[in-house]
Amino acid sequence: MVAFTRRRVLSSLAASLGAVAAGASQLGTSGTATAAGEMPGMDHDPAAAAAHSGHAGFARGGIVDSAANGFDPSLIVRDFDWGRTLKLADGRTLREWNLVASDKEIEIAPGVRYAAWTFNGRVPGPTLRCVDGDRLRIRFSNGSAHPHTVHFHGIHPSEMDGVPGLGEDIGGGLIQPGQSFTYEFDAGPFGLHLYHCHASPLAAHIAKGLYGMFIVDPKEPRAPADELVMVMNAFDTNFDFGNEIYAVNTVGFHYLNSPIKVKRDALVRIYLVNVLEYDPINSFHLHANFFHYFPTGTSLVPAEYTDTISQVQGQRGILELTFPYPGKYMFHAHKTEFAELGWMGFFEVEDQ
Amino acid sequence: MNAEAAPPPQTSGARLWLLGLIPLALMAGIVVIFAALGAPGLAERRGPPVENLVVDKIALHPGVIQLTVRNDGPDAVSVRQVIVNDGFANFTSKYEQLTRLAADTIRVDYPWIEGEAYEISLLTSTGGVIPAEIPVAVETPEAGPGFYGLMALLGTYVGVIPVLLGMLWLPLLRRSKPSVIRVLIAFTIGLLVFLIVDALLEGIEIAGQGSQAFGGQALVYLGAIVGYLVLATVDSTMRSRGQAASGGAKAGGLHLALLVAVGIGLHNLGEGLAIGAAYAAGALALGALLVIGFAIHNTTEGLAVVAPVAKNRPSLKTLAGLGLLAGGPAIVGAWIGASAFNGSLVAFLLGVGAGAIAQVIVQLAPFIRNEAGQFLYPKSAGGLLGGIGVLYATSLLVSV
Repeated sequence: MVAFTRRRVLSSLAASLGAVAAGASQLGTSGTATAAGEMPGMDHDPAAAAAHSGHAGFARGGIVDSAANGFDPSLIVRDFDWGRTLKLADGRTLREWNLVASDKEIEIAPGVRYAAWTFNGRVPGPTLRCVDGDRLRIRFSNGSAHPHTVHFHGIHPSEMDGVPGLGEDIGGGLIQPGQSFTYEFDAGPFGLHLYHCHASPLAAHIAKGLYGMFIVDPKEPRAPADELVMVMNAFDTNFDFGNEIYAVNTVGFHYLNSPIKVKRDALVRIYLVNVLEYDPINSFHLHANFFHYFPTGTSLVPAEYTDTISQVQGQRGILELTFPYPGKYMFHAHKTEFAELGWMGFFEVEDQ
Repeated sequence: MNAEAAPPPQTSGARLWLLGLIPLALMAGIVVIFAALGAPGLAERRGPPVENLVVDKIALHPGVIQLTVRNDGPDAVSVRQVIVNDGFANFTSKYEQLTRLAADTIRVDYPWIEGEAYEISLLTSTGGVIPAEIPVAVETPEAGPGFYGLMALLGTYVGVIPVLLGMLWLPLLRRSKPSVIRVLIAFTIGLLVFLIVDALLEGIEIAGQGSQAFGGQALVYLGAIVGYLVLATVDSTMRSRGQAASGGAKAGGLHLALLVAVGIGLHNLGEGLAIGAAYAAGALALGALLVIGFAIHNTTEGLAVVAPVAKNRPSLKTLAGLGLLAGGPAIVGAWIGASAFNGSLVAFLLGVGAGAIAQVIVQLAPFIRNEAGQFLYPKSAGGLLGGIGVLYATSLLVSV
């Protein structure tokens, strides 16, 4: 400990000479020495300030290679999978999907790769969409090296719940690598739901990318709109149970670099789901506008007219709005930490 | 056993060289072939790459946080993104990828504010996080004439002035009895023992931070061995020359004083490095009280230099030279430490200082023997403890 104190003395002594240094630097031609009293951080070098465009973003102006990833957040945002449809004898619609789990390395920030677990090779998985009362048949094949399940939110029998230990007598429960199982149930209630793996350890199985949006439309369709899929997610790249990169639809800052283009005065409907792991709460904030919010989408009457909503894990809701003015409008988590770690984007409103 | 008795065969110098080089040449050949064949028989290492990037230094300039990193690990590391206080930040670096032992400077654009704390995460291509911390942000001084002037002044305050002040005890020493001188030399040894402990602890502390690729704490001990051997060699060379010239007790005293000055000088070089580095890193607090406290603390080093020459009549020039030799390196150290800080180098030099001082102690020790030839007796032990105690106490006095 003596050694510490001794050096601290030396250090202290050094600082006490700061005033002398200031005098000395004035005598010198360059004057590079700076007195301790100045506030160096306060005045920004204009060149340095210009380097970052004022808001957060990744370095080097790099962008993620969507082609290599096999999915593009700019396409995912409007990608709805209605499945293969068949008419049943009772007149109802049967919808069929194939979901394949696979292990895949994806790029989630420029140059930063993550060993993800995916449904159909993408994160988030496909947005499955149907109508209230449809018969749904989801064939799940596990091509991953780990056992998984598909657990749907909604109303269905126990053995179709995609939980280890349930429905094993009919081949369900935990689906081992190379195995498959078909989940079959009726769609309902109408609203915005989600599906995700329910294998243990749960947080890891979800956080690695095994989730997707599950939309059940009301029998009487909602008004036509420009519909958008937004899955709020994040990635714990160094396995410390804390996320390093936050995003909407996986790639941080994607919509900052490639704004979501919408039309002025046209109805925009956002399906928003929070699948964030390791952080208890997420939020959505829209700049310079307000939206009607339909929690879980289970009512056709909005619960709130606001510009900021919060969602806990698994919570979701539908947002409806129009943009009265052209231009760029930011949207991001109002948990600003998440925003500056990737969960930030732009709408670009164009005239009709 | 018989072979040992046999005389070595007569061999020419060139042949001897050849005999020595053959194994080396064979080894080099094998390495080349092994590498060319792609290390046959050895499997690839399993598991993800080992990313062991070390942040050696953080410098703060207006709007910029600059990190000097070195790859201590076996695998190449790519820093692809930088997070400052929970937000991604723009940055530039020289290299896309750092191979083993490669170093780079990462310049992060960030509007940091003086006095605030920053947590930096370097995000690698595999998603790994290299953490770095700025406990208190203070602008790093840029090296310029004014800055070097300041460092010189600092070194003078810390090294030269206290040592020269301590040397002013010489007239008192001259009027002292031999028994008193012996106690004072014991006292000096006590001071030096404290300095060894101090230097080793400080060296180990510094070696523990930053890159470990060059040996880490081992550098302190290696430095100590080097310091001891170098000073021992210098000593024996001087001794043989001194005997060739005139020799005598007078020269012996001066000779010892010189050794003490060199030892303390090496110590102060390491000390200067630490001060300069601390100043450059902005890890500072201030107070005039501390200057005074430090002067008291270090003045005893001057006493150590002059104690061996109590019976001599060295010229003022010689004394000034000794003082500069003991204290001056603090200035050089401060310059180097502030402009090109390298933890490994500082740790090594602190070790060198400790080793040199150990050698000085070995040289001084015989002079505390009393008329009866005893080495440790109540007065000498008291002197030793006194020396240790004074530095310990003054170090407490100035600690804040």
